[in-house]
Amino acid sequence: MTEQATTLTSAAAARGELAMEAIAVSKDFKIGRGQIVHAVRDVSFNLYRGAVVALVGESGSGKSTAARLLAGQERLTSGTIKLDGKPVEVRHHDDFRRYKSQVQYVFQDPFASLNPVHTVRYHLERPLKLHHGKGANTDTEVATLMEQVRLTPAQQFLVKYPHELSGGQRQRVSFARALAARPTVLLADEPVSMLDVSIRLEMLALLDDLRQRFSLAMLYITHDIASARYFADEVLVMYAGEIVERGPAEEITQQPAHPYTQLLVASAPDPDNLGSTLRRGVNGTRRQGPQQTRTPERAATAGCPFSPRCPLAEDRCRREDPALLPITATRGAACWRLDAAAPELVPGLPGDVRTTDN
Amino acid sequence: MTADPGQAPVSVTTPSAAGQNPVLDIRDLSVVYRTPGGDVRAVDKVNLSLAPGEVVGLAGESGSGKSTLVYGATRLLRAPALVTSGSVTYAGRRVTKPVDLLQLRPDELQRLRWREIAIVFQSAMNALNPVLNVRDQLLDVIHAHLRMPRDEARERAGSLLDLVGIPRSRLRSYPHELSGGMRQRVMIAMALATDPEVVIMDEPTTALDVVVQRDILAQIVELKEQLGFSIVFITHDLSLLLELADRIAIMYAGQLLETGTAAEIHREPSHPYTKGLLNSFPSLRGPRRDLAGIPGSPPDLRDPPPGCPFLPRCAYGTSACEEVDMHLLQVATSKDPEHVTACPFVLPDTPAPPPRGDRQETAGQKIAGEPT
Repeated sequence: MTEQATTLTSAAAARGELAMEAIAVSKDFKIGRGQIVHAVRDVSFNLYRGAVVALVGESGSGKSTAARLLAGQERLTSGTIKLDGKPVEVRHHDDFRRYKSQVQYVFQDPFASLNPVHTVRYHLERPLKLHHGKGANTDTEVATLMEQVRLTPAQQFLVKYPHELSGGQRQRVSFARALAARPTVLLADEPVSMLDVSIRLEMLALLDDLRQRFSLAMLYITHDIASARYFADEVLVMYAGEIVERGPAEEITQQPAHPYTQLLVASAPDPDNLGSTLRRGVNGTRRQGPQQTRTPERAATAGCPFSPRCPLAEDRCRREDPALLPITATRGAACWRLDAAAPELVPGLPGDVRTTDN
Repeated sequence: MTADPGQAPVSVTTPSAAGQNPVLDIRDLSVVYRTPGGDVRAVDKVNLSLAPGEVVGLAGESGSGKSTLVYGATRLLRAPALVTSGSVTYAGRRVTKPVDLLQLRPDELQRLRWREIAIVFQSAMNALNPVLNVRDQLLDVIHAHLRMPRDEARERAGSLLDLVGIPRSRLRSYPHELSGGMRQRVMIAMALATDPEVVIMDEPTTALDVVVQRDILAQIVELKEQLGFSIVFITHDLSLLLELADRIAIMYAGQLLETGTAAEIHREPSHPYTKGLLNSFPSLRGPRRDLAGIPGSPPDLRDPPPGCPFLPRCAYGTSACEEVDMHLLQVATSKDPEHVTACPFVLPDTPAPPPRGDRQETAGQKIAGEPT
């Protein structure tokens, strides 16, 4: 199950130069009684300047852990992370601070991630001082940051405490705080999912604007695959710690190949499909649901992690874990049954024999 | 309970869309929050009815008053919230005569609560008691509202879990041992424990993953058809309601701005706010289109602006909007008299005006439909 990342080109590669690489990264957590959770298994991907890579999956799929590994907040169990071509080695506190000035993290919950006893000004001054010394003209820099995240007039907002701000304004402060370090990589962990639907787009548009302006390499973590379609260049679909499908955002959302991606796409609310599957509920169009909603923690220990939930699973799926097979130059899926799951895509499978012997 | 037995229900309310007497009928309800800085008009003269077996969706942003409306109607608000006017007529099958919830004595209300109108609260983790296991929490509800022998109550607790698709072995589990989806299912089981007529669901799936969300929604629909209750479904996610609800009410700044069937709201949204909401979520299917969202934020309800509350954010707004009297009028182009809007100027087919230059944050609000 070693993933050959080299055989696939990232759909985000065209945007800019390589900023960060995760190479065969894994993370295990010990949860007592000798049990181990493989939170991230052998995951490889690249982040490019000015491009957005989306990590999509359900709770517990390991997407946040993957981001925390990139952020240096968790120790790798195995694998390598490279920043600007050099392997990241954090030995000292200083190394870590240098690393953090390049790689910043935006958290999901702007209520929890801002300190309630400090003003907005404090939240922005602190990273400026930490990363760029005390000599910097912090007042001007803070004002510029506020303008960049469109919290104007700045003077009015700088003296406020987090509880005096709306959710959207709070999240703007988190963006500004992340930008204060002048990072090249921004890891955004569900940056809009706590916000109202009506302002999500505004915030994504803001992130998009910041990405362009500072040519940030961005990792966008979400469970909303529809927003990834609009926002990201490349989509990585994670399930139980593994990347099960990857490719250009539009292709993945319009023609998902992996059965899990297909489930994700089918589960997204579809306003154009009025009174669809939901209304037809009792007429037997829906398989009896509750029992099949297994959380990834209960995924199979052997074979494909999705096999217990997969309608196409057969013996082989339960025995062997499939590797990510290329479908096109920029697209791949980890599934033994691609021929059945996405017959329209598979005839183009370049030089692969494994799906044909089923 | 409050009525003479045998007396036929009196029609005191307007028939709803389904042509039946509504099971719940909210008329002219106003709720204020008393604050030192003045009254916050959280709900302003709202009318909303719910027909038997109907799913009514209540959509709006945070702070639009959607939860306050429902909690006010069910008398769950505490000071400083105050219901200042209105009536809430409940006419379920088990009450012989329609009653006004706002006029009931505490003991009468107590008998009605949960038995007739149950609520699925938003945050299942906070709404469940962390030191009681699932069975004890279910038994608590059953014993509080139904007279039932112990054995029977235990059996009922088990069958409630069957109903929502949780194995009975989970009766002994504590809330922290359950996944988010399971906790929400337990909440639903609790709401259904007394076989209520009306179930109010306050963002029951907001914190859940899409796959789990879809499962739970499908289950809610299934249970609704099986048990025949009506649902008021509160959410800020309009895309969800379009699939789930029969009728949708759009709430903004304490007022209803548009009400109509899900199909009408989807095909012919009339109010600029509804149009904005519909253009706020990226669609997974169909061509990529330009999405705009709704710039700005809701008004301060301590000192609401004159006329239309949406005016400061409205792309169609003119000076006439400052004097408009907020009424729900039938959408002129709609054949459905139940499709009503508070905006007398904009119709479903009114073309969107170019963005006004003087409005703050107009530029840079769009996510392009095509990659740049």
